[in-house]
Amino acid sequence: MSAPQEFKPRILGFLCNWCSYAGADLCGVSRYQYPPSIKVIRVMCSGRVDLEFVLRALSNGKDGVFVGGCWLGECHYVTEGNYDALSMMHLGKKLLECAGLNPDRLRLEWVSASEGNRYAEIVTDFTARLKELGPLGAGEGMDKKTVNLKLEAITRILPYIKLVEREKLRVRFADKAGYEAFFSSDQLNSLFRETIGEKLAISQIMVLLQERALSTGEIAGSLGMSASEVAKHLNTSARAKLVRFDEQQKRFALA
Amino acid sequence: MNIAPISGLTASGPKIDNKGDVMVVGGGISGIQASLDLAEAGFRVYLVDKSPAIGGKMSQLDKTFPTNDCSMCIESPKFIECSRHPNIDILSNTEIHRVEGEAGSFRITVTKKPRYVIEDKCTGCTTCAQYCPVQVPDPYNENMSLTKAVHIHFSQAVPLISYIDPETCLYHQDEKCNICVGVCQHGAIDLHQKPETLEIGVGAVVLSLGYEAFNPAVRGDFGYGTMKNVVTSLEFERIISATGPYEGEIRRPSDGKHPHRIAWIQCVGSRQVIPGGNTYCSSVCCAYTQKQVILAKDHYADLDVTVFHNDIRAFGKDFERYYQRAERLSDVRFVRSYVSVGREVPASRNVTIRYATDSEGVKEEEFDLVVLSVGMSPPKDGAELAKKFGIELNAHGFCKTNPLNPIETSRPGIFVSGAFQGPADIPESVVSASGAAALCGQLLAEQRGKLSRERVYPPERDVSQEEPKVGVFVCHCGANIGRVVDVPSVVEFASKLKNVTHAQESLFACSTENAQQISDAIRDKGLNRVVIAACTPRTHEPLFRDTCREGGINQYFFDMANIREHCSWVHSREKEEATEKAKDIVRMSVARTTLLEPLQEIELPINKAVLVIGGGIAGMTSALNMAVQGFEVYLVERDDDLGGMARRIHYTLEGMDVQAFLADLTRKVYQHPSIHVVTGSVVKEVAGYVGNFTTRVQTGRRTREIRHGAVIVAIGAEEYKPAEYLYGENERVVTLLELEGRIASRDETVMNAENVVMIQCVGCRTAERNYCSRVCCSQAIKNALKLKQMRPGIEVTIIFRDMRTYGFKEDYYREAASKGVRFIRYEPGDKPLVEAVDEGGRKMLRITVADPILGQRLALDADLLALAAAVVPSSTRHELSKMFKVPLNPDGFFQEAHVKLRPLDFAADGVFLCGTAHYPKHVSEAISQAYGAASRAINVLSKNSVTATGAICDVHEDACVACGACISACTYDAIDFYDTSAGRKARVNPVLCKGDGLCNTKCPTKAIYLNHYTDEEILCQIDAA
Repeated sequence: MSAPQEFKPRILGFLCNWCSYAGADLCGVSRYQYPPSIKVIRVMCSGRVDLEFVLRALSNGKDGVFVGGCWLGECHYVTEGNYDALSMMHLGKKLLECAGLNPDRLRLEWVSASEGNRYAEIVTDFTARLKELGPLGAGEGMDKKTVNLKLEAITRILPYIKLVEREKLRVRFADKAGYEAFFSSDQLNSLFRETIGEKLAISQIMVLLQERALSTGEIAGSLGMSASEVAKHLNTSARAKLVRFDEQQKRFALA
Repeated sequence: MNIAPISGLTASGPKIDNKGDVMVVGGGISGIQASLDLAEAGFRVYLVDKSPAIGGKMSQLDKTFPTNDCSMCIESPKFIECSRHPNIDILSNTEIHRVEGEAGSFRITVTKKPRYVIEDKCTGCTTCAQYCPVQVPDPYNENMSLTKAVHIHFSQAVPLISYIDPETCLYHQDEKCNICVGVCQHGAIDLHQKPETLEIGVGAVVLSLGYEAFNPAVRGDFGYGTMKNVVTSLEFERIISATGPYEGEIRRPSDGKHPHRIAWIQCVGSRQVIPGGNTYCSSVCCAYTQKQVILAKDHYADLDVTVFHNDIRAFGKDFERYYQRAERLSDVRFVRSYVSVGREVPASRNVTIRYATDSEGVKEEEFDLVVLSVGMSPPKDGAELAKKFGIELNAHGFCKTNPLNPIETSRPGIFVSGAFQGPADIPESVVSASGAAALCGQLLAEQRGKLSRERVYPPERDVSQEEPKVGVFVCHCGANIGRVVDVPSVVEFASKLKNVTHAQESLFACSTENAQQISDAIRDKGLNRVVIAACTPRTHEPLFRDTCREGGINQYFFDMANIREHCSWVHSREKEEATEKAKDIVRMSVARTTLLEPLQEIELPINKAVLVIGGGIAGMTSALNMAVQGFEVYLVERDDDLGGMARRIHYTLEGMDVQAFLADLTRKVYQHPSIHVVTGSVVKEVAGYVGNFTTRVQTGRRTREIRHGAVIVAIGAEEYKPAEYLYGENERVVTLLELEGRIASRDETVMNAENVVMIQCVGCRTAERNYCSRVCCSQAIKNALKLKQMRPGIEVTIIFRDMRTYGFKEDYYREAASKGVRFIRYEPGDKPLVEAVDEGGRKMLRITVADPILGQRLALDADLLALAAAVVPSSTRHELSKMFKVPLNPDGFFQEAHVKLRPLDFAADGVFLCGTAHYPKHVSEAISQAYGAASRAINVLSKNSVTATGAICDVHEDACVACGACISACTYDAIDFYDTSAGRKARVNPVLCKGDGLCNTKCPTKAIYLNHYTDEEILCQIDAA
């Protein structure tokens, strides 16, 4: 029997044109070496990176997603999208956590056009971290199908998340620490649970029921929730006429 | 319009006719800016540089103050812009030989020195340098690292062409080696190249010769040249740079160790009266030292830093805060002391410095590394070139300029910009460059557009009915890609991808020959999408977009797969994996291109009139220049008279008669038929955008509407009304401006005064106004000298914090001291005390101040006390800021688009800035800025239309739910609602949209989309990754 193949993480990177992409270019010009784990998509501003991109990359089997932007205060645009990228990253990490995925799989860093070596260091470091975490899903003890179910559940409620972001989460702090404090505050956590947490759980159930009707216990087993939690969500969903109880099968199905 | 073939990115040679409008001599940042401004305004430019590449000193800097922007990152896009501009011919490695003729018709003979490399053939692949056996010190790194006898000046060089140093080349020494000839696959090496002489006809000349860093080796100042660990600040700039000799690690020359204790010594070669030194202040060293301190501490937080300085001259915009930032870092000391270097400690090669402070007496300390903050000397060849061009130099060896107009030399038709005027920082050099362009434009207004060239392209093929046919070109880049990535296998892989109908290798896709092949392939094989797998789009995308247009397809049907910077160069030891990654990158690009849409750049007509707000010297100078250049100008002034603050200024330090100048300027403004002066009026409302503004101006009760394409904000500044030092309570206390008025009118309070005292920094450099008003120190010296001249027996005392007589103004400071003007320094924590006293019926003021040198309190009796009252921003700034959507800085002055390279522009297109509305400044500086702003505005007005990129946002109206999420995200105000038959919908103003795409991520329904970066295009790339 051959030895198990070494795990080589696969990363998708989104780099802003003005700073990080230029930094990655300088990294090349200066011949700093880093593992061939990352492939890059150039965007004009890190603020253009949509949560959907992150989720899609992970659904496609990438082990990590990297976003590179300009240092705060150095954005090429008046819109200063890098602050929004920072919010997006925090929100994204929360959602990954909700889905049972390691939030370290999403990483945002500032790389200026002059920081070629920094880019190499970050890619090397991120690759090493993902190696520790293991392949997406496997690292979290989750099979591929469950991972994709959870990611799809998040993707489905993205329009709703955008509304919540605009209403409650559109914050602006001077530095990274401000965002960290805000996104780890109790207030934010309870807000997140109330507004997004429940929607996400229901969304997961919907995705799951898409395939076939299931009992409360089966749903709980598949999603790693408690039966009472599932029952609560099923009640809510039934009231909203999203699901119905199929008397014949004695199972819940999509309405 | 004269249409001639255009040279590409890598080769830019003189054209057959050798006829241009302007020759710019010197390719530093000032020369580059002058060339770009002129070229954009429709003039043909020859940009001549003696170096093998343009860029000048700025290209050697690591970061720039006070924003710590990366120097190369902001300068190198300008290189590309120059090299691609159809109106600019770059003549690098070229010297001026002879100048004949006169303003309007100069004939200039130049000599192109042999590079020993044929410019048209070299692609800049650097294979020659890899094989060259001769290692030589690298001048770009101040000789602290090695390069080869054949090499490229620096990696971002423009033109990107190798050159051979005949002094070290083995072939040129004794015909021993010609390896480079053999390895060059383009046959670009010509070891027998001869100098080439060209005669070029131009109407005007801009001299942007720059400066030379003061060389402390000549006298061996502070042990430089004998002690290895004493370096100049320019050397330190390379040491700290990521592209420098230690790849961005701070190491010292003697042993390559990280220094722990570093000392900076200020004013090396500046403010020195001794032989071999320069008497003037070099203006930039205080700020660049603070920058180096901040960056060094950023590299190693535990670094111990000492800066030995004279006055701290933080007189520029945001410099005061920058100084505070440096000074407040831990383990950073600023010590006000003259120093001498003691000795080199033999074992450690550390250097000792002796210094003295008021409190501690003489001390000696040891440092691991000593940096000499060297000043600016005139350019080495300045005297020789001055002779050739027939212009005069000043006593310091810099260009002698007209005090009324610092951009004019002593000879008509020859202008000067940048540090050749005298010590100047980057924004000042950019300002004077734009100013020089405006003056050339004034001289050559009739010629505008006659020699101007535009690229012409074949008509664009409509491919909307075709299936995607993608052509993939994989570049070897010599060996740069090919040595690591298996190019043939990538080509083979690409050829099997869906929609790919053509795939081939290219040795150098960017060479003129290969680019031609690509455009031929587009036509012959009916390609409608192109992927070039080569280097970075940041440098080469414009070139290949051109190639697509040459091939007759829309330029947006193109994508670059970066398999060099992001692949072969960074995975050079993992060839197989690099090849696999290159395939993935190509697959992503191909997937993306199939979804790309043809986009049109938007062209909008331009109203050729311009509005100038503010009728002071700056506003009037701009207005007059633009009118003479042939544009309609509306000049709006709030007061009933023109003149602004200048009405209160009577003379300058340099002896210029301000009132006579003002009267002359005002008369010319009123008399010019194209200038519409609107006094006693204010701007009430502004609508529109670049090219098409509509502004409502109110005069009394009447309101009129002015339509214009651009606007210059020149609303000036105001004088602070002091609340301190008995001002307003005692008639003997006046401001410096009031004193000047009294001197000019020979008021008896001045004529009878025995003692005059001046207090500096009144109302600024405080917590409330944390900036330096820049002009007051020179104003104090000016008035002190005037008083001494009128009444030699008068006692004048200036109580100051730091004397900030920067540049050549330093000479007047010295003159004042030599004429007996007394200078007493005070600390902000121990301000002078002023009281009114009455001694035996004689009323006067008593000023008590601590003298740090004598260590005691001094009481000075004065008949007159003049306060250097701060320059404060105009009271109308807020309204204008809101109306034109242009920002103010924390101090209330207008914030330019970019502190370094766009000092006259606002981020909002078509709105420009000059004079004291930007920051306090002297009359000559305001004039320089005024010409500069005029040039910037004319860059817009001289075109027939504004072109906006096609990669901007648009809305799928059926999906828009009018939630306003996009509007709240767009600080450009590019999105608004409008009513449609299907209800309210968002719409994008294509002129205001800058294409960052932030709104896309906010839209819950995917209604708004960024062209060229749509969700579909990006998701498709993600799926292919």
